[in-house]
Amino acid sequence: MDSYSLLREFADSWVLLALTLFFVAVVFWAWRPGSRKMHEDTANIPFRHDDKPADVVGRNGNGHNSGAKIKEAQQ
Amino acid sequence: MWDYLKLIALGAVAVLAAYAATLARDLPYLVNAIEVALVAAGAFVWIMFTMGKRKPAPANEYMDGVVRAGVIATAVWGIVGFLVGATIAFQLAFPWLNPDWAYGTMNFGRLRPLHTSAVIFAFGGNALIMSSFYIVQRTCATRLWGGGLGWFVFWGWQVMILLAASSYVLGGTQGKEYAETVWYIDIWIAVVWVAYLLVYMGTLFKRKEPHIYVANWFILSMIVTIAMLHIVNNLAVPVSFFGSVSVQLMGGVQDAMTQWWYGHNAVGFFLTAGFLGMMYYFVPKQAERPIYSYKLSIVHFWALIFLYIWAGPHHLHYTALPDWASTLGMVFSIMLWMPSWGGMINGLMTLSGAWDKLRTDPVIRMMVVSVGFYGMSTFEGPMMSIKAVNSLSHYTDWTIGHVHSGALGWNGMITFGALYFLTPKLWARERLYSLSLVSWHFWLATIGIVLYASSMWVTGIMEGLMWREVDANGFLVNAFADTVAAKFPMYVVRATGGTLFLTGALIMCYNLWATVAKQPRKAAASVHAVPAE
Repeated sequence: MDSYSLLREFADSWVLLALTLFFVAVVFWAWRPGSRKMHEDTANIPFRHDDKPADVVGRNGNGHNSGAKIKEAQQ
Repeated sequence: MWDYLKLIALGAVAVLAAYAATLARDLPYLVNAIEVALVAAGAFVWIMFTMGKRKPAPANEYMDGVVRAGVIATAVWGIVGFLVGATIAFQLAFPWLNPDWAYGTMNFGRLRPLHTSAVIFAFGGNALIMSSFYIVQRTCATRLWGGGLGWFVFWGWQVMILLAASSYVLGGTQGKEYAETVWYIDIWIAVVWVAYLLVYMGTLFKRKEPHIYVANWFILSMIVTIAMLHIVNNLAVPVSFFGSVSVQLMGGVQDAMTQWWYGHNAVGFFLTAGFLGMMYYFVPKQAERPIYSYKLSIVHFWALIFLYIWAGPHHLHYTALPDWASTLGMVFSIMLWMPSWGGMINGLMTLSGAWDKLRTDPVIRMMVVSVGFYGMSTFEGPMMSIKAVNSLSHYTDWTIGHVHSGALGWNGMITFGALYFLTPKLWARERLYSLSLVSWHFWLATIGIVLYASSMWVTGIMEGLMWREVDANGFLVNAFADTVAAKFPMYVVRATGGTLFLTGALIMCYNLWATVAKQPRKAAASVHAVPAE
């Protein structure tokens, strides 16, 4: 079989199935129980650090602060 | 040390480009080589004189200089692009505007790619780069990664625009729509674009927020996909290193399909996904409330990128393209209705509970109309991709009308909204200079778009019907020139609409300039009022 027909058959069957399942999984993942709180937090990101980056002092060194830590720092 | 390396590299580029200019085989290459030599020499001198004097950037501040430069570039290139657009609209209506002396530089055929590239890549590209640099810093709560690399992206993009513009008017083109740039400019675009990807990814990696805000997903998908599309569509072998002509690697229908795979996804990712990133940041900011449904935005993102990439074949209905491929393109285009309208609803409903802002805030009005045009043109597009409709609409002005309701309405208006939002913030001014001038801009632009789109509907459908009209014996009734003559009044209306749109943009430029020049800096006190870190 030439490579076109082979790839075409593969794309029409398994890859189509895999992509469809991936997409369905994304939808379920977005509506999974308990995601609401996280999404609300994420949706509010634009309103947090308008003028200055998050504090660099007291960072744990690996460049990532947890959201909770940033929250604490803000309060 | 680093500066010395830059000096060596820039000096080498300047000398090599000057040498290449002496061997140039055609005019566009000659002019481009001289431009490259001058730009490299200029950068060489600038680095030499500022060496050791440039201050290290403070890490606890956002890198806003490059965003400010981007705001200016967006506004300036917008005016250039709209002006060339209005010019060619009048050239179509009045052929004597293509005088003999202008042939070979300023006639419609030479100015048309200048217009499309100026609005898409110069105006739209600068809008995307500057707003993505602004958004990624704010939503990651960290300074832009890469030090001066952000500036390289900005200046590299302006150099690309300069090279492309001068190449087009002198006849340098590879004949691919929206990808006219010749091979060496294509290589430069790829270099700048990879730097853009690095800056963006680097900033995302060192973010201080645990989650990546949805706007960044859209923008990142735009950067990655455009890199892929650009490289595959421009696979070509130059005829000579000292000429602008190249030969495409693919030929025939494969080349056509690759071109429209690129072409449609330039619309889908550059002009849609990237600008949706702007929508998901600027609409919530201006409305002062979070996006209506974050879950919907996630599904919007995945559905959009899963479907858009397959829609390209609808540009090639009833051609040598196999039937199954064009049916596939049509089906995916129709499925795109859902994510597009999901996204539009998400943007519009962000205002729920704050609809009064539509009356008081002309900037939010601009953004809402922009999202409305997004919904309208993403309804029109799938409809036109249906084969039966396409047999009427294809090759007619309807297509041009459709493109402009998306480009002027959606891309233009959301960019204007972003410019109005950003200018007072970036230059630390209390407010815009004049809200009533924003209203003037809003109405001029809206009426301009309405005139443009409606005249193109009329002329497009008329043209399609005239082309297919046959008499009792099966002979065509109309000659092509008959349709051209019948279109004249609509062409005048279209050019008028474009002029109104341009006038609105000029008012915006004055307003933005006055915002900075005629108002005092905000008192520094407000800076200290930032929540304690």
